[in-house]
Amino acid sequence: MADLGVYLHIVRAQIRSQTQYRMSFAIDLAASTLISALDIATVFVLFSVSGGLGGFGGPAVLLIAGLSALAFAIADAVFGNAERLRELVRSGGFDALLLRPLSALAQLLAVNFAPRRVGRVVQGMVVYGLGLAVADIDWNPARVLLAVVTPLTGAVMFGCLFIIGATVAFWWVESGEVANAFTYGGRDFTSYPLTMYGGGFFGRFFAFGIGFAFVAYLPALALLDRPDPMGVPDWLRWCSPLTAMIAVLAATALWRVGIRHYRSTGS
Amino acid sequence: MPRASWALITAGFRRYATYRQATFAGTFTNIVFGFLRCYIMLSVAASAGGLLRGYDSAQLVTYVWLGQGMLAVVNMWVPLDIAERVRTGDVVTDLFRPINPLWTYLWTDIGRAGFAMLTRFTVPIAAGLVFFEMHLPRNPLTYALVVLSIVAAAVVGFGGRYLIGLTAFWLLDTRGAVAAWGMLSTVGSGLYFPLTVLPEWLRVVLWVGTPFPSLLQATADIAVGRGDPLLILAGQVFWAVVLLALCGAVQRRATRKLVVQGG
Amino acid sequence: MIIEATGLRKDFTVRRKVGRFRREKHVVSAVDGVDLAIGRGEILGYIGPNGAGKSTTLKMLTGVLTPSAGRARVCGLEPVAQRVTLARRIGVVFGQRSQLWWDLPLAESFSLLRHIYKVPAADHAARLKRCTALLGLDEFAQTPVRQLSLGQRMRGELTAALLHGPEVLFLDEPTIGLDVLSKQAVREFLAEVHAAGEATIVLTTHDLADIEKLCRRLVVIDHGRVVHDGSLDELHARYGSRREIVADLDAAWPGLTLPGAQVTAVENDGRRVRLALDGATAGEVVAALAQAVPLRDLSVQEPEIEDVIARLYRRD
Repeated sequence: MADLGVYLHIVRAQIRSQTQYRMSFAIDLAASTLISALDIATVFVLFSVSGGLGGFGGPAVLLIAGLSALAFAIADAVFGNAERLRELVRSGGFDALLLRPLSALAQLLAVNFAPRRVGRVVQGMVVYGLGLAVADIDWNPARVLLAVVTPLTGAVMFGCLFIIGATVAFWWVESGEVANAFTYGGRDFTSYPLTMYGGGFFGRFFAFGIGFAFVAYLPALALLDRPDPMGVPDWLRWCSPLTAMIAVLAATALWRVGIRHYRSTGS
Repeated sequence: MPRASWALITAGFRRYATYRQATFAGTFTNIVFGFLRCYIMLSVAASAGGLLRGYDSAQLVTYVWLGQGMLAVVNMWVPLDIAERVRTGDVVTDLFRPINPLWTYLWTDIGRAGFAMLTRFTVPIAAGLVFFEMHLPRNPLTYALVVLSIVAAAVVGFGGRYLIGLTAFWLLDTRGAVAAWGMLSTVGSGLYFPLTVLPEWLRVVLWVGTPFPSLLQATADIAVGRGDPLLILAGQVFWAVVLLALCGAVQRRATRKLVVQGG
Repeated sequence: MIIEATGLRKDFTVRRKVGRFRREKHVVSAVDGVDLAIGRGEILGYIGPNGAGKSTTLKMLTGVLTPSAGRARVCGLEPVAQRVTLARRIGVVFGQRSQLWWDLPLAESFSLLRHIYKVPAADHAARLKRCTALLGLDEFAQTPVRQLSLGQRMRGELTAALLHGPEVLFLDEPTIGLDVLSKQAVREFLAEVHAAGEATIVLTTHDLADIEKLCRRLVVIDHGRVVHDGSLDELHARYGSRREIVADLDAAWPGLTLPGAQVTAVENDGRRVRLALDGATAGEVVAALAQAVPLRDLSVQEPEIEDVIARLYRRD
């Protein structure tokens, strides 16, 4: 990470160029923040129907929704701009990143950094903070650590999905919406207790095949010291850092293979 | 004129028929979200004792999958390119053609919606039928009403987006208007949750004062037999006409502005 | 050798529609076994018709594209595997792809590049000063890049590619679309950079003036293969582009045959004849002509490089 300073320079330049048009930036910031507020509001509208979701009461639901919202917001702010890869692959503009003496992936994220997405991070922090405050947590050092680390491991998992989704563009440029099913779909999935999805293939695949159970639901159970009603072993509730690491390995491996398939068309 | 409109409809249809991969990707995503929303709604209904504010499970399944299927048909999240043409000034050539661009855009968009019906509507609906117990109307007349209602919804979706596009004549940057429309149409159409879960006053405001429920919720309610189907359809047609009339009026003002100020 | 390539190849898979629904895969070799050896300090024109594989070769040499087969070494490094190290030592201008920040003033792009390439401030300042003087950047250094004219932007791109003091400069169509004055400025600048012995320069171009003014050595590529590697003169010699003698006569051309020359055209009611030199020197042909017919005027025309290249491209 000796290059960190360089990336900060790039990010700052990107912020300068985006905030040049103040009005547009304000609109983008407001829109982006309001749209994610809508997602969180949806959870509470549905909660209000019967005063619970999937057998969990208010504090647990708030904690899960807050964890999911914060993890996704961080991932979206840092990795969400990976989506731009599709455009760069289509136009051949990805060349410019490969010609500089820096990691192409890190540049992709830094060069397209979208400051408007930061509003969502603040929002996620507020909801998660509320969740932690309202939930009856028996604090001990392990739980404090878990509470701090979980939004980050969740963000890493979402971030890997953003990167995997973008990397697919090296083979299939028009794949845009398929990636959305797992990134935005994953955000929706993780906003609710896992118990709501029943025991069918869909729920199992999203929860354990992709690993979404480890973003918010399982760590929230660990914080609340509650077992999973569907019988997931207790120790799995602490395994989010491990699954995040697996996701990182998968995403970087795919990226390495993908970049070799870059065709640099467009000129 | 009918001949021209038919040509425009087929042109719109054909143009979107070439985006095969994007159609596939979009359909896939609709299906994933269908599963997701379906499980969530069914779970909410189960914990509320079987009914979610009056919808039973089968009705919820129909509501969710109709919503996913119609999303690409009403296309409310994708702005029309009219705003871009206003910004670049190309719109001048549109406005002084013998056919009013409002109709050109409408027929082309209907063609697009027709293609979406064949692909992005039918496939998610089929997925819903295979994997869930869907409420199917018994009365054949209801199916006819559902089809009419989808056509009305597509026109409402078009009218709203065209109106938003026309704001480009007055606003330098239409992103704010696009975002506001996107947000309101998402919640107001009942895509995220059936509108019955909202407090009564808000429901009334939405149904009576806005076109948003006409985009999705209206069709879903006709299909599952909630409310008077003819009244709901009449409401959609009302909003379709109002929006088109508004588009026409706003466009006339924009044309005048263009003539007077020279763009 | 600062650039070496042996058997360099790049295959692309193309799907073609066959009938209504079937698609067939075809493998197309955009570059099909290119060998190159370029020494330090050379200035080389890499030319060929559209789609011949020029850009693809350059992209493999700069680490953008992974070769399907063969080997490349630039500055002793393997371009793809050692891309980041190599990027510090080469400068690249791809006419269609900007290295600059669209919304920021040119000067800010330059200072960002200083951080990206980790150039010592003094070196950066010295190089920037020189480029500014040679290319006249002062007038538009504070203008956002998106507002620059193409010529101004290209001057910016050239500067951006040189600020880290690269050993090799790769230029893909650096003069494409530029106005005459900007083309001139770019050529003079490149000649100056080359004369100063700072960098080995490889450029692709369609502009024959670029070739004539800049390139000592030409590599011509067609259908992914090198079809000529040598000087411009050698190219003329090889592809039969010949000097021509145009003689205006006082009487009609009697239809002679001259040894070592070929009549290519008779014009002006037989009062002008064009002879292509084919073995004989100009002096010998003129002497023979003077003896045979009354001469009014004489001129020797050098072959046009356009013709040579055109002839080369037409060969299938």
